[in-house]
Amino acid sequence: MPIGYYLVLSGLLFSIGAAGVFLRKNLITLLLSVEIMLNAVNLTFVAFGRQLGTNDGQIITFFVMTVAAAEAAVGLALVIGLFRHRESLNPEAFTTLKW
Amino acid sequence: MLALIPLIPFGGFLVNAFLGKRLPKSVSGGLATLLMVISFIIAVTQVSALMGMTPENRQINQTLFTWITAGDFTLDVAFRLDALSAVMILVITGIGSLIHLYSTSYMHEETDAEFARFFSYLNLFCFFMLMLVLGSNVLVMFVGWEGVGLCSYLLIGYYYEKKSASDAANKAFIVNRVGDFAFILGALLLVVTFHSLDFTTIALAVKEMPKEVTFGTLSLITLLMFIGATGKSAQIPLYVWLPDAMEGPTPVSALIHAATMVTAGVYMIGRNAMLFEHAPITLTIVAIIGASTALFAGTIGLVQNDIKRVLAYSTVSQLGYMFLAMGMGAFGAGIFHLYTHAFFKACLFLGSGAVIHSLHGEQDIRKMGGLKKHIPVTYWTFLIASVAIAGVPGLAGFFSKDEILFETFAHGHQILWGMGILTSLLTATYMFRLVHLTFHGEERFHEVVAAHGHAAHDAPAHAAPDSHAAPDSHAAPDSHAAPDSHAAPRHSTHSTHLHDAPWPMATALIVLALGSILAGYVGIPHALGGHNALGAWLEPAFNATNCGQPMTTGDLAGIAIENCAPGEGGEPAENAGLELTLMVVSSLVALAGIGLATFLWLKNKQIPERMAQQYSGIHQLLLNKYYVDEVYDATIVQPIKVVSTEGLWRGFDVKLVDGAVNGAGYFVSGVSVVLRLLQNGSVKTYAASMFAGAVAVLAYYMWR
Repeated sequence: MPIGYYLVLSGLLFSIGAAGVFLRKNLITLLLSVEIMLNAVNLTFVAFGRQLGTNDGQIITFFVMTVAAAEAAVGLALVIGLFRHRESLNPEAFTTLKW
Repeated sequence: MLALIPLIPFGGFLVNAFLGKRLPKSVSGGLATLLMVISFIIAVTQVSALMGMTPENRQINQTLFTWITAGDFTLDVAFRLDALSAVMILVITGIGSLIHLYSTSYMHEETDAEFARFFSYLNLFCFFMLMLVLGSNVLVMFVGWEGVGLCSYLLIGYYYEKKSASDAANKAFIVNRVGDFAFILGALLLVVTFHSLDFTTIALAVKEMPKEVTFGTLSLITLLMFIGATGKSAQIPLYVWLPDAMEGPTPVSALIHAATMVTAGVYMIGRNAMLFEHAPITLTIVAIIGASTALFAGTIGLVQNDIKRVLAYSTVSQLGYMFLAMGMGAFGAGIFHLYTHAFFKACLFLGSGAVIHSLHGEQDIRKMGGLKKHIPVTYWTFLIASVAIAGVPGLAGFFSKDEILFETFAHGHQILWGMGILTSLLTATYMFRLVHLTFHGEERFHEVVAAHGHAAHDAPAHAAPDSHAAPDSHAAPDSHAAPDSHAAPRHSTHSTHLHDAPWPMATALIVLALGSILAGYVGIPHALGGHNALGAWLEPAFNATNCGQPMTTGDLAGIAIENCAPGEGGEPAENAGLELTLMVVSSLVALAGIGLATFLWLKNKQIPERMAQQYSGIHQLLLNKYYVDEVYDATIVQPIKVVSTEGLWRGFDVKLVDGAVNGAGYFVSGVSVVLRLLQNGSVKTYAASMFAGAVAVLAYYMWR
């Protein structure tokens, strides 16, 4: 299978994720969208790894997955903390950190 | 050894400036006086060593260290004693010592700290003045020149809580700045022209040059230096500060504004005699300015009513004489008058101080009169000095003034001579007007004394003569109130009679009065069978023959004759007749002046009053000093003020400088109003801009 397909799929996934981050108004959905973007990148790594016949892509993917897990844990904890403050999950409710 | 002469008073300054507050008055004043006396003794030993040398290398040099090295130009901090500076250091340390002694008594009412401050300034002044005259190059001289200006400022403003005193101090300093600026320019031009600032080097270099008949570099240099001298020595147009400088304590007026500092300009011309001699145009200007100042100040002195102001205008007038002599190229005569003037004018100022002191600060001669029998020591010394300054034959002023007038006449400047002789008449007249109004006639001081009698403790200018007059005091016969308990009896005695000068003041007065009689005898002219010893002594210093280089006597004689001013080397027999005639004329003029003053202000007091009313225009003009202060205020001070407030302050500073600084602030805050819209706190906006940035960077690399 040519690498182009993988890349197109990856690009689509990344765009979906990015759009989700920018458009959705729920912090948890935002985190989910970030996960989709990460996975799009993972897909690219693995695809290139296979194309070039090395394991490097897979190794980096494992790193990304661990980091993503940690990020999800911390992110969700923050979301809970924010919700306790404002009774809201809309990111536009949290804009006091400015000039 | 030479450096010790200025450094010893400097030590006194350090002690009194830093420890003075904790020292009792006897210690701080005594120390300052003692150090001046030591300095005087060293000066005497040095000068006698100088006398032992042969005239052609009569010079003592001492180099302390190299100050400036730039390329082939080097400048040392070096002192040089020669015939000219010898006269000056003797005057400064000698009269300086006497005035220090006088001040210990005159300033006695001050607190310990103020007393020490006064003496620290006085010692510092002597240090700078000695540096000025001993410096062997222009820059060392300039350090002294500025230093004495500073001390003059500090001492005029000694009573700094008095507005008029601090104004006068500022005026003196600022007016001197004008002159000093010209002096600096002259010095810079000297460096450019001669690549040296050493007086001897310059003199020798100039000697090889022809005299400048048209206005050239030498004329410009000398003219600039002379402008410096008009500032320091109070000549037209920069004389205005000196009369105001009388706000300072009287010993200061005697030391700085009569005997020493104000003569610095005369000394400077004498020091650069060779330079000035090669610039005849400048010399003519010097002579004209000198003669005009002499006459101009003399007329003002005629109508002033403040005892110190009369003396101040008299000083300006006498300085004019000295410059007249310098302008004639008769440098010896100018320095001679400087030297005799130091004695009688210091004596007059100290005498006026004793009068003011006995009258508890009163300076108006209209409120004096008849003081002769109350303060005899002051009277007699003051009278001797007045006779000396008037030019009565036999006293100091006669010899020096006549030499100047003779030189002027002999050089063919009859108009300047006429101005000189007229000034001589004025001098005798206003001095004896002062003497008569102060010491003779009816007693007009009772109100003043009665008013002060009970407030004696508060009067700042009043020293306590009883408290320190020695029991065996020869000088204060009137002050025999109980020396131990001085507070109570003093009040009772004040209203009845006045106190003459206590012994330190009397000593200074008597020594200076003796000087006023005797000082002239070092320069008895040839016409009277003398040898003009002072003139001969000074001659090598002006002709730069004593350059410290080996010279054969033949060379020396040739140069001496070549450079000799007419009248000193030339036909003495023919000139003697002229000189004698002129002497008789000026003696008669002096006596006429004294007679006129006696007639007008002692015998027929209604005449001057009637004249003042009849010619009230002229009288007002003179009384208001020709409105020169007002003219300066209108033409110089006010324009500068307007330009400064409207132009420099409100225009340049507020609009441009503040505008630039504030503008930068307004610009930043204005821009940030727009920029801070970007920081809206929304995480999503930040993420979007980050994303857009990343995309833009990628896009750039892809389509590059």
